[in-house]
Formats: sequence, C-alpha cells, structure tokens
Amino acid sequence: MTDSVRLVDMTLRDGMHAVDHQFTPEEMADVASALDAAEMDVVEVSHGDGMGGSSINYGFSAASTEEYLDAVAPELTDTELSVLMLPGIGTIEEIDMAIDHGADICRIATHVTEADVSEEHFEYVKDQGLEANGLLMLSHMAEPETVLEQAQLMESYGADAVYVMDSAGALLPSDVRDRVSLLTDELSIDVGFHAHNNLGLAIGNSLAALDSGAVTIDGCLRGLGAGSGNAQMEVLVGTLEKAGYDVNPDFFGTMDAAEDVLVPMISDDEMPELDNDSLLLGYAGVYSSFLRHTRRAGEKYDIDPREILIELGEMEVVGGQEDLITDVASRLASEKDAETAEAASDD
Amino acid sequence: MSLDAAIVGPGNIGTDLMYKILDRSDDIDLQRMVGIFPVEESEGLQAAVEQGIDVGTEGIDSIKEHADEFDIVFEATSAGIHEQHAPVYEDLGLFAIDLTPAAIGPYTVPVVNLDEVIGDTQNINMVTCGGQATIPLVHAVNRVSNVEYAEMISHIASKSAGPGTRGNMDKFTQTTAAGLEEVGGADEGKAIITLNPAEPPIMMRNTVYTMVDENTDVDEVRDSVSRIEADVQTYVPGYEVTLEPTVKNQDDVAFDLGDSIILTTMIEVEGEGQHLPPYAGNLDIMTSAALGAAERIAQQPADASPIGGVSDD
Repeated sequence: MTDSVRLVDMTLRDGMHAVDHQFTPEEMADVASALDAAEMDVVEVSHGDGMGGSSINYGFSAASTEEYLDAVAPELTDTELSVLMLPGIGTIEEIDMAIDHGADICRIATHVTEADVSEEHFEYVKDQGLEANGLLMLSHMAEPETVLEQAQLMESYGADAVYVMDSAGALLPSDVRDRVSLLTDELSIDVGFHAHNNLGLAIGNSLAALDSGAVTIDGCLRGLGAGSGNAQMEVLVGTLEKAGYDVNPDFFGTMDAAEDVLVPMISDDEMPELDNDSLLLGYAGVYSSFLRHTRRAGEKYDIDPREILIELGEMEVVGGQEDLITDVASRLASEKDAETAEAASDD
Repeated sequence: MSLDAAIVGPGNIGTDLMYKILDRSDDIDLQRMVGIFPVEESEGLQAAVEQGIDVGTEGIDSIKEHADEFDIVFEATSAGIHEQHAPVYEDLGLFAIDLTPAAIGPYTVPVVNLDEVIGDTQNINMVTCGGQATIPLVHAVNRVSNVEYAEMISHIASKSAGPGTRGNMDKFTQTTAAGLEEVGGADEGKAIITLNPAEPPIMMRNTVYTMVDENTDVDEVRDSVSRIEADVQTYVPGYEVTLEPTVKNQDDVAFDLGDSIILTTMIEVEGEGQHLPPYAGNLDIMTSAALGAAERIAQQPADASPIGGVSDD
C-alpha cells in the first residue's frame, strides 16, 4: 500500500512573513490559482500571525483577511481553503468571518504548553461544521511527553488533526521522530508536521516526520516563509514522489507555480535564505517570524541581530512576543553605550 | 468616611484583595468574606477566619442576611455569577465593584475616569488586568495628542493565568480593546495577550503602542506618562514604566504610516506578594485597582458620594 500525504501550502500565510504581510489580494489570487491548477491539497491564507494579526506589533497587512479570502476563494476548485488563528491574537469573530468567506479548514495554534487557551475556539469551529486542526508551536521547547499531553487536550476539544510545529526550525531529525511517533502512537487523529529551514533540515525533518507516522506536511512555494523559510513545496512534492509516497499535487505544476507565478512577485530582500541571522534562529530556538523585526531593530539600535536573537533565546520568548525585540535591542544598545563610556574614561 | 465592605468569592483574587485591605487600607473595613463552600473546603474562607474576618458560606444569601453590615461589595466570582448577583446588590443598596469580566457597570480605571463614572452608577467594572495596566498610558498620551489607534500586548506568566483567563481569551482581548477606546480615549483599540511558560516565571509586562500625529510633542507625552505612572503607583506600588515613549517612524516599520508616528511604551507590574507571588502582577493589579477605586469612593465628600443612596430611605 502506498502512504498518501496531504500537503498544505502556506505561501499565502507563513509566506506573508517574508513579505512583511504585504501581498496584495491580486497577488494572492494569482498564486492560489496556480496552486489550484497544480491540484494542491490545501491552501492557507491569513496574516502571517493568523487572522487578527494585522497590528503594529506584527505589521499591518496590505489588505484585510476578508479581502484576501474574497480574492482567493473563487480561484479554488478542488483545493481546500484554510485559515489560521492564534488565541490571544485573533478571536471567534474572525473565525466567523472566515467561514462566511469560504474557509473549509480552521487551524488553531497555541504555544506548545498552552493548548488549553484554545478550547472555546475548537468548540466553535466544530459547531460550525468545519475541519479544525491544532498546531503546537515551538515544539522544540517541550519534551515529547508534554507535546503529547497538549495534543491530547486539542484532541479532546475536537481537533481533527494535530501538528508538531517546528516554529524556530530548531528540531533535529531525532527530535522530530521522538515527538511525531509518540503522537501517532497515542492519538486517534491525524498528525502533521511543520518545518522551518533554519538548520537546513526542513525537507529532511519532513521526511523524518512522515517516516514516524505523520500524514500531513506544511510547506511554501520556493520555501517562502518566516526565518529561512518553510519546507520548499515543489521540493517536497518531488522528494515525496521519489520516496514512494502518494502525493496529490502535480510536480511540474507546483514547480511552475513557484517559478513562474511566485518568484516574480518577490524581491531579493524578501526571498528567505539560510543566512547567518536565520541560522541563529534555529540555533537559539527563536520563533522564525522574529527575523525581519530583529533586523529592523538591529539597524535602529546599531546592534548585531545575532546578539539580539541569542538574548531572546535565553529569555525563552514565545510566539507573539515580538515587542520584546525592541526591549532587548534598546537594552543591549544602552549596555554597549555604558561599556564604551567606561572604556573612554579608562583612557 | 470609611466604608464597610464584603468580598464575594474567596478564590485567589478575593483572598489577595482581603490581605491588601487588611495590610494597607485605612478607609475600607472588611466585614465579611463570602463563599459557597463550607469553611473547611475553602482555603480563602479559612484565611479569612485566621485573620478574624467573619465569613459566609451561603453565597448571595449570606449577603442578603448581613446586608446592613456593608456599604460596598467586591465581586470576585465570575462573569456569569456577577450577572445574577448584580440586581440583588442593587436592591440591597450595595455599591458593587466588579472584578469579573461581566461589565454590567461602566469600565473603570481609578486614575482615569473614576470620578466621572461614580455619579451615575452603583456598579463599576474593573475591565481586565491588561486594561488596568495599559489604559492609563493611552489616556496619558491622549491628553497630549489624539490617539488614532492604540494597541496593547500583555505578557503573562503561564502559572498566573488561571482557568478563567484560559477559557476566555476572546473576552480578555475584546474587553481590553473596548477599554482602550472607551476609557483610554483611542479612536480604535486592539489587544493581544501571550502566555509565557518560562521558569522562573516572568513578571507581568505590557507594551503599549499609540499612533499619533507626527507633529506630537514627544517630550510632553513623556512628561504626561511619567505623571500617570506616579498616579498609578499610589495604588499599584509595583507599577513601573520600563521603556518611556519611544518613537517609531516610517523607517522603522514595513507598512504605510501616513502622517503618523508610533510611540512605544513598556511597563512591568510586580505584585506585592501578599497572597500571590510577585510575578503575578496581572492579578495584583486587579485587586489593587479595585481597592484603589474603593478608597477613592470612600474619600469622596458626602454630597458627592455614591454610597448609601437607596438603602437609607
């Protein structure tokens, strides 16, 4: 029997981080149309930080979720439409709006130890008859047993699938296996995996997850996404086919969506790469979407972004705490000023 | 004048409030702590007994029975229960300070609008912990330069977020956002909450972004923020501005700012550590604000006082 894999393309959601949430509805429609033509299983559309994420803290998006959904929904025939929400940032009001504007799936994300903030949202999504998926973010910050316990909470709230999210791109293949295999052994619902490439392991970790029983995998065209990007979707399609998995999207169609449709929309500055700063995300275990905010703060306060990321990692910051980047950068800058002053007075 | 008070709901919040009243309030005399479980099953009621405070175990019936003992009631139960209790307090002529998210009475932040709201109502609501922490800052900016948009992010230690907060994240963000507008004076408000499980637990910290006209006198805003910090510290001793208003302009953000700038202000709230640990500044600021409100009411001149209007007839 061939194992079949469900692929979720998040170019229009996690990919939003790479473009500072500035995709236009027209650009989203073009990408969605190409993905639909390639028979992608699921397309996810939202602000990078989920519905309700449009804010000073995470960056205002170029258009509202409503406008994005209205642009994308008509382009999709067999491809399902997913939206993301993070309790504490978005609310049931946004879920309700998304349902009215064509969402088929609502993915609800919490920090890996805080699943119990999502109960009201799962209940609502299930009451409305949608598929509900639970995402446990920054899964590297908890032991496999804790990840399981939190996944069981989401299962009890009605989740149809739970994802191990490697939001910092900090997991090694063995860490992925430990978490995913425990979940697939103990849960009766599907298990998914979401990679970031900060340690260069996005495709390898996705394969490790599938090998450990995961049945659904996240990715983005050309590896767009926060930090150094997510698992590159066209590479996933090709690699999984080669590995003998049954994948729905057409390999050439997915490649064309990436190269002919997405790439011309993305500037050199926006296209993620595994550079020094994003490598530090994986090394220090910091939420990938902190990258571009950290670079801006580093420039403003004249601090090496890597120093800021190391400090944030030591503080064990979690997703959503982007405002602390400014706090850390300004503190490091004043410490540096104090050292400079001291050095000057020693002369 | 001093006021006689009852606390309804002997949980963490109610118990912390009891210790605060006993420790430092000259104007509030705590007469009774009321719960719904027998004393031996309630840590809060046991603590009250140890402090020599009378207790009641019959919930609202205990209040009815002893209504003539009090002027004010602190509601530290839940939104649903306060909705049932509020009309009873009103009938009994008791002034209610509501620490739940029920918000039957107007949102109240002691340093911002207490004097305005108490003339017209027998029930005031304390918004949310994040609201008590950040609305004063929005007000401080707004009194210098119109706040077009205010956004707050509250970071709370996971250990200090109980089931009430966890099961009602939407209620927190929606109520706080409404408070930023209605009390803080922002044209539009947005609230975000994150729970952080780091050990040792983090102090409650909040960031407030305000969008104002680019010609705003930032020094004047800093002075206004510094004054409101001192005002809040009169009832929340652990309230501290950790980043004074700092300008973000078009170069610092990836979206179009138009003719506006963003002022970023950060604060930390350290709890007093009576009943709850110091990191639980989010709980501390609610009980401190409720007590601060009660004390301000007690200090009103008799002709302006909202107390005792109905029941004295």
